[in-house]
Amino acid sequence: MPPLTRWFIRIAFLYLVVGLLLGLLLALRPILPLPPFLTGTIPVYFHLFLVGWLTQLIFGTVFWLFPPADPPRPELEARLGWSALLLLNAGLLFRVVGEPAVALRPGSPWGWLLVISAICQWVGGLAYVILVWPRARERARAKGRREEAA
Amino acid sequence: MPPLSRWFIKSSFVYLVATFVSGVLAVVDAAWDVIPGAVQVTPVYYHLFMLGWVSQLIFGVGNWMFPVYSREAPRRSERLGWAVYGLLNGGLELLVLAEVVRAFAAEQAGHWLQAVGALLLWLAGTAFVANTWGRIRGK
Amino acid sequence: MPALSVWFVRTALFYLLLGFTFGGLLLSNKGVPYAPALWRLRSLHIEILMVGWFIQFAMGVAFWIFPRWWHEPRRGDERGAYLAYGLLNLGIWAVALPLLFDWSGVFVTIGRVVEAAAALAFATHIWPRTVGREG
Repeated sequence: MPPLTRWFIRIAFLYLVVGLLLGLLLALRPILPLPPFLTGTIPVYFHLFLVGWLTQLIFGTVFWLFPPADPPRPELEARLGWSALLLLNAGLLFRVVGEPAVALRPGSPWGWLLVISAICQWVGGLAYVILVWPRARERARAKGRREEAA
Repeated sequence: MPPLSRWFIKSSFVYLVATFVSGVLAVVDAAWDVIPGAVQVTPVYYHLFMLGWVSQLIFGVGNWMFPVYSREAPRRSERLGWAVYGLLNGGLELLVLAEVVRAFAAEQAGHWLQAVGALLLWLAGTAFVANTWGRIRGK
Repeated sequence: MPALSVWFVRTALFYLLLGFTFGGLLLSNKGVPYAPALWRLRSLHIEILMVGWFIQFAMGVAFWIFPRWWHEPRRGDERGAYLAYGLLNLGIWAVALPLLFDWSGVFVTIGRVVEAAAALAFATHIWPRTVGREG
């Protein structure tokens, strides 16, 4: 497994555990006296799970399993891949801090943290799509066999 | 494909269909208010999707395809792997049961079932990570 | 990677970018409200990512990597997988457009039924390929 894959997957594992823990806290709200800011973390819960765990795990596994681009472009892929990892996670962490802060203090400067989070996650996603798009391809051998059969 | 992976994957496809059924229910309820007020179909829909379908599929494929842990224990602990399966699906069933219970106006019981379900799901995720971490490696 | 998987995966990547774009607009608007009408995109954001990205991507990769038969056709009866591709993408827009334009819930229901049919179609293809070595 290449290093980028290992980083994506291990970080995804951490989000799985933290996300489910937050889910447990949210489920306990009607039963135990928990801090009110937790209610503002419901979107955080969903995005820790859907972006932090699921999407990141997919990103890491795809980078490992998909055929190489033709022609190969290892330096560009490294730059795109590590950028995607850093931006996606920075964006998520900004959201984890920003979303409850905005829920507690609407209209405060904390709102700009969410703007930065949005930009980071979008650019990270774009970087990854540019990285993987040319790798979603038929291999030349299989394509040749298909053309022969036709 | 090892047996545990087949169980995870086939279960995930059952949940995929259940996800869409609950999605239809959520839409029908939003439009025509057919389900008792306290029941929350939409969170169930999201959890059937996130955990029952996608995560379970990942657990199954990961158990099958990730690098072996060791020659003696290629998938590390089979027992822990089956425990993950039980905890994940048990937790999900409790989430669904919580809403069924709420439909009969037993709010407090519904809250407790949901909390226990969430605990089982957290244990499932933690156990999966504990069992799989060592398989995420280079050569 | 077989051609159908390429179709599934590239379509999923398109939806990933579209869903992330809607999500970015929604999140930034949440932080600094500059266009309240953007909130209409929330249902689209969810639908496009949940069905267009996650489900579609998983189907594409599963079609590619799941065990194949020793005999031809190596991936068995592929019709369910092709049908799933068509129904899933039809279903996504059958749900998304009514949500965006506030059409009747009947249309969204029809869209969900179409998506459910896609899931069933794919399951009929992939179920026999979920086998052990003895299969």
